[in-house]
Amino acid sequence: MEIPYTVSTRPDTGLWNAKVGIWLFLASEVMLFGGLFSAYIFLRLDAPPGMWPHGLLNVPVGTMNTAILILSSVTVVLAWAALKMRRYRAYWWYMLATILCGVIFLTVKLVYEWPQKFDHFGAYIKPDALPKYEQYLGNKHAAEKGLPPRLEITGHLHNRAALNDPNIKEYEVALDPLNADPTNPAMDRPHFFPLPITDKIAKIEKEDVERATMFLPTHSAYFASYFTITGLHGMHVLGGVLVFIYMWLPVSKKLYQRNPEHLANRVEVSGLFWHFVDLIWIFVFPLFYLL
Amino acid sequence: MDASTSVEPHYDQHPPSHGSGAAGEHHELGWWRKYVFSTDHKVIGIQYGFTGLIFLFFGFSLMMLMRWQLAYPGQALPVIGKLLPHIFGAGTMPDGKMTPDFYNSLGAMHGTIMVFLGIVPLAFAAFGNFVVPLQIGAPDMAFPKVNMASYWAVFVGGIIMLTSFFVPGGAAKSGWTSYVPLAAVADKGPGYHPIFNGQTLWLIGFIFLITSSLLGAINFIATIIQLRAKGLTWMRLPFFVWAQFVTAFLLLLAFPPLEAGIIMQLMDRVAATSFFMPAGLVLNGAAMQISGGGSPLLWQHLFWFLAHPEVYVLILPGMGIVAEILANNSRKPLWGYKSLVFSVLTIGFLSFVVWAHHMWLTGMGSTVSAFFQTTTLIISIPSVIILSAFFISLWGGSIRFNVPMLFTTAFLPMFGIGGLTGIPLAFNSADLYLHDTYYVIAHFHYIVAPGTIFALFAGIYYWFPKATGRRMNEFWGKVHFWPTLVCMNAIFLPMFLQGMLGMHRRWYDGGQGWTLSGEHVWGLTGFQWNTPISWAAWTMGLAQIPFIINFFWSIKHGEKVNDNPWEATTLEWTAPSPPPHGNFVTTPIAYRGPYEYSLPGRDRDFTMQNEPVEPSERVRRKTAEPVLV
Repeated sequence: MEIPYTVSTRPDTGLWNAKVGIWLFLASEVMLFGGLFSAYIFLRLDAPPGMWPHGLLNVPVGTMNTAILILSSVTVVLAWAALKMRRYRAYWWYMLATILCGVIFLTVKLVYEWPQKFDHFGAYIKPDALPKYEQYLGNKHAAEKGLPPRLEITGHLHNRAALNDPNIKEYEVALDPLNADPTNPAMDRPHFFPLPITDKIAKIEKEDVERATMFLPTHSAYFASYFTITGLHGMHVLGGVLVFIYMWLPVSKKLYQRNPEHLANRVEVSGLFWHFVDLIWIFVFPLFYLL
Repeated sequence: MDASTSVEPHYDQHPPSHGSGAAGEHHELGWWRKYVFSTDHKVIGIQYGFTGLIFLFFGFSLMMLMRWQLAYPGQALPVIGKLLPHIFGAGTMPDGKMTPDFYNSLGAMHGTIMVFLGIVPLAFAAFGNFVVPLQIGAPDMAFPKVNMASYWAVFVGGIIMLTSFFVPGGAAKSGWTSYVPLAAVADKGPGYHPIFNGQTLWLIGFIFLITSSLLGAINFIATIIQLRAKGLTWMRLPFFVWAQFVTAFLLLLAFPPLEAGIIMQLMDRVAATSFFMPAGLVLNGAAMQISGGGSPLLWQHLFWFLAHPEVYVLILPGMGIVAEILANNSRKPLWGYKSLVFSVLTIGFLSFVVWAHHMWLTGMGSTVSAFFQTTTLIISIPSVIILSAFFISLWGGSIRFNVPMLFTTAFLPMFGIGGLTGIPLAFNSADLYLHDTYYVIAHFHYIVAPGTIFALFAGIYYWFPKATGRRMNEFWGKVHFWPTLVCMNAIFLPMFLQGMLGMHRRWYDGGQGWTLSGEHVWGLTGFQWNTPISWAAWTMGLAQIPFIINFFWSIKHGEKVNDNPWEATTLEWTAPSPPPHGNFVTTPIAYRGPYEYSLPGRDRDFTMQNEPVEPSERVRRKTAEPVLV
């Protein structure tokens, strides 16, 4: 028994089965990420002034990752075209390039970007204690400029034990440039190239703090949606890379020798998935890094 | 995505002929691959069927336990009550008396299991898998391996849901809707495992169930688009196939937003995020250490964006089954086939824009409410068209009242009651009073219990001969049908009364603690009505015994029948019973529509879809040649 139209097209629909399948799958994926992006919009519109942070992500690194992902979308098309022209050698190289792009993207995300956030500290100051930390927050300056109020002091936490030890009464924080020099007009907007943490230390008393955490998902609605959406996107990238590796390994060469069109079809559907993953990132990048 | 493993040579059009016994061409599969890890749509369909039936009975048993607590609150449950603490843990029913937490677990899991592990696997996956490829003349589903994966995903999801009963603290207790922030803080703290607790396992299990439904939906749609037999144009599809087609689209597009919601609630529970948690929550007297800034309303939107289309997922396959059996047993074409098809498509589209009618009490604002009230009333139009067409189909037919037809004819008024009682709920102002009362329970259950489940029983009796080559016993079928019909109504009709008296659906003591303003209906207060309802529910449990025995007995000992015992017209009856691997002896070609019963000038009162059009017919039909694709 064999299933019709696994490789050749059905005359009246003009499609082979997996192509119908992948488009349907992508439709469901649109709804999945649509749900998450709707949540992002909901949460962001609901956020009180000053509670939706800006400029906390590394824009140049994000730009590089965007470029890498777009490049990989090009190489996967070239791989498919090479198969269509029955040039297996070229296919093999283009596929390798695609896989490497995916791996680099994931490495940057998991080894560089995420851990850097996990290592960053932020403390929301209680409303009545805000004047006490005016030197770090510059709320008068912000009000004059019409900027949203600044409620949080961020930077590198020196005494990490303070997070869990009730006997330590204050946090020692090496300040981020904004909190080190809050009235400097250069700090009014996020920077494209992130400025390094300063060596200016601030002591923040725990009883003045509403809530203090590292930049984990629990930190805020912003980081919750950032980690959830980029995490789910990362899992999609990983899935795509695993499928590509399978189609790049010798086991797929056997399929190529038996029926090259079948392998080309497989590359086509997984390539469509890969473009979709790329497209999701095209939304993620401005929503979290730029806006 | 490409699931076909067997790598075929270039020509993979219809093979010239499947020859004798398609299975013989390949080496014989081992027992495990043939019956357990099978890729054959019929085996998978039957696996889904057994899974669905077992979970239906399990979910029903949970409710039978709850009915004791509602009828006799605080009293020890005889016999079984002594046994249950040994199964579900000491904290569930000490001395046979049900604790409030266990009651909540039973309620939440009854809803979850019935909807997502009972009816969806049975109505959509089991019947869809077994019947759809046969009805469209296909050798199998488009992606057999994906099909297997979707079954095993639902299996794992089901196991996780069952396991959650046995973890410390018991299964999820926040209702099948899992409304936040309650659901996000339930089953947490001392005595609970951070991951292996009821609510978290509920969420994880759900991800598997969603995965299963998505894979299944993709497979069904691709199969129906790609693998229809030659000549089987869209308007020649049996209505059941149309219903499954629309159902698959609902699952495909409505489930992912809930999956997004599930992921966020999982993050809220495991990673202490605040997607659904507003600021300033106090738990057990202490301020919660969360960032806040989330929105409980967001969960409700994401949940109902699935859960309303889900209602149509529950009912449309049932309508499809009813359509097949109705035409077959009234021996005349289905009335208004085209309007049925367009109605089911319209329901499909509209079901995506009515979800917020479950949220009238959230204070969304009158503009939003007005919009959803309007769409909700519009969606009743295609539903009424479908039901009317079914009723008219009976008109002038020579009706055969066999067991499938009994369940089918019972479906019609039962679904009618369920649908019509929904209209007061669609109105914002009336719903303010009826919201969350037993009225809602009665309305919903009239649609899915004597509605969908009757259709499912009808389908089981109807297609049983195709799956086994034997017919189920008619007499015991009737012994099953009549008490079930009476008990169903005895259970759910009084609930309308209770609801209108104001009885809340989640009361642990069945309303005993609230006098319900002393009002009596037919001599009983709202609370007292619980007792007859409960006895009806237990009697209905007993009434399923003839079905269970009949089902298993008939597999081996039922009356042997030919390939087309009901003298039906659709393509599945041209295959042998049970169909071999690959289904058809010769690849079928469809020459005509699905319901050509009582065609004039024929010596039989049914003309099968694969019977070529005769020259004399062509004159009458004014088409020179049969339409072939």
